[in-house]
Amino acid sequence: MLRFLLRRFVVALLVAATVLTLAFMLTRLSGDLAISIAGANATQADVELIRKAYGLDRPVIVQFFDWVGRAMIGDFGESYFFKARTAALIGERMPVTITLGLTGLLIALFVSIPMGIAAAVNEGAWVDRVVQFIALLGQAMPGFWLGLILMITFGLQLGWLPISGTGSWQHYVMPGIVLAFTAIPALTRLTRAGMIQAMSSDYIRTARAKGLSRASILLKHALRNAAIPVVAIAAVQLGFMLGGSIVIESVFALHGVGFLAWESIGKNDFPVVQAVVLVLAVIYVALTMLADILNAVLDPRLRTA
Amino acid sequence: MTGETLLEVEGLRVEFGASVAAVRGASLSVARGQTHCLVGESGCGKSVSALAIMNLLARGGRRGADKLSFAGIDLRGMSDREMARLRGDRMAMIFQEPMTSLNPAYTVGSQMAEVLRRHRGTSRRDALDRAAELLGRVGITAPGMRLGQFPHQLSGGLRQRVMIAMALMCDPELLIADEPTTALDVTVQAQILRLLAGLQRDLGLAILLITHDLGVVARVAHRVSVMYAGEVVESAATADLFARPTHPYTRGLLECVPVPGKVKRDQPLGSIPGVVPKVSPGFTGCGFRDRCAHANEICAGDIPRHRTDGDHEYLCRLPRDWAHAA
Repeated sequence: MLRFLLRRFVVALLVAATVLTLAFMLTRLSGDLAISIAGANATQADVELIRKAYGLDRPVIVQFFDWVGRAMIGDFGESYFFKARTAALIGERMPVTITLGLTGLLIALFVSIPMGIAAAVNEGAWVDRVVQFIALLGQAMPGFWLGLILMITFGLQLGWLPISGTGSWQHYVMPGIVLAFTAIPALTRLTRAGMIQAMSSDYIRTARAKGLSRASILLKHALRNAAIPVVAIAAVQLGFMLGGSIVIESVFALHGVGFLAWESIGKNDFPVVQAVVLVLAVIYVALTMLADILNAVLDPRLRTA
Repeated sequence: MTGETLLEVEGLRVEFGASVAAVRGASLSVARGQTHCLVGESGCGKSVSALAIMNLLARGGRRGADKLSFAGIDLRGMSDREMARLRGDRMAMIFQEPMTSLNPAYTVGSQMAEVLRRHRGTSRRDALDRAAELLGRVGITAPGMRLGQFPHQLSGGLRQRVMIAMALMCDPELLIADEPTTALDVTVQAQILRLLAGLQRDLGLAILLITHDLGVVARVAHRVSVMYAGEVVESAATADLFARPTHPYTRGLLECVPVPGKVKRDQPLGSIPGVVPKVSPGFTGCGFRDRCAHANEICAGDIPRHRTDGDHEYLCRLPRDWAHAA
């Protein structure tokens, strides 16, 4: 188990290092940074001055290691556009993104697990077909489109919920629902498949032979085993949601990390872009590792192996 | 108390969909404190009959019976909820697959304790004490340690012992054991059978043991029922059945068993030609007629059930002494 975790940790580090390099390379490929920082009306002399001031005249490899070295201690440099420390910018936007991600995940779990169980118990019946249709719909529907539809319906026409901003918990309801829909199809299908498999297993027959109640058979004996892959995938889905919040945050003007990334890409504010990509990637890698650990915690066969 | 009928099944029918009649009017009865063996080849409806008695048939299985009573209670009209109150409490069952019959996610202790908690409302602590006591009773050393272990940490033989101990948690009157030793290796098989026989003697348990091993039958059964194509074709006290097998299928079955001293070198063991027919609902006549050397046109019609002295029953057109007179 310890060896397994150690190996997973090394892989995670390698993935993070790769992302680090890619994040750095991609921003350099998007044009001459000194020109875009200087702006449209700058003279050649201004550009040269900026290039020197930001250290962009140094060889790329030197710039890379300088950036990596600083990034290791949490120093992502200064934003060209916001004129603030990048780390501080991200730190101040992070709670919004995490709140949104967790809201989305909670909604997704509360919707998909009961739906998956209902579908599995009524396999082949109309309940099952309705659930499968919802899952298909959720998969096919683009998040930004669903977001706009919700805004028009609940925000503009009914006036129940605010359509943009970050002021109160109500601001998180619609974006949370939209974000949840990215995970609902996968989690529902996984719960359904897991429950169907569990319900036809020998240990469920044993549970029935023991005369246990239907609730205990379904929720204690079957769900406990069906939930193992669901929980692991949910952790990975949270990573997707945090990364995917770029679209949702821009649609709902939620001032989270995703919105920050969107703004800084537009402004060619490359220290911020690099840092956001890196932070989200590291969170994603960490969540994937967490999924493995959760799996081991939930499945006794892995724990003692 | 012993000898009084505990489980009585008459005309049990189980169908899956419109095309499979797995059990066609099977009848058997189990007396209190006795072992009743149900034998027959794979697919003859032994396991399905047992599951039908417990109302544990898989989805799509339909059960019907002329009589299905346990300790005087009619099980036919019972809802699943009412049936669940009996299962695990007064009637318990163990299965052929010890490797997969325990839930991999819970400890042995928790799975055993929940039976007593469910049926008797016992506290967790008391239920675990009872579980430890029973693990000791089924020959598991260090029961305290085993209670905290997960199924994957136990061998097949140990898991089957745990299943047996779990079935005994509420002191049931009837234990249905569906080929409990088939998946185990030979030395463990013998241990498990000895254990079941011992438990039956000590606890006054009635056992319905499903097996295809006639050696097992000879050792443990008080009474034997032979099943073929969904019907009980012959039923008798063990000694009587081995001494005077009457149904041609039973005779064929017994000829397949090598008996030391009787089998000659280079002489092939007996076998029954043909295979078990797939029987659909609406099938009439004797299910064995296609493989039977004594079949004639009568065998396609209704077959009489003969009952001779000493509770020896068989389902065949032939007279009782057809094989013994010659």
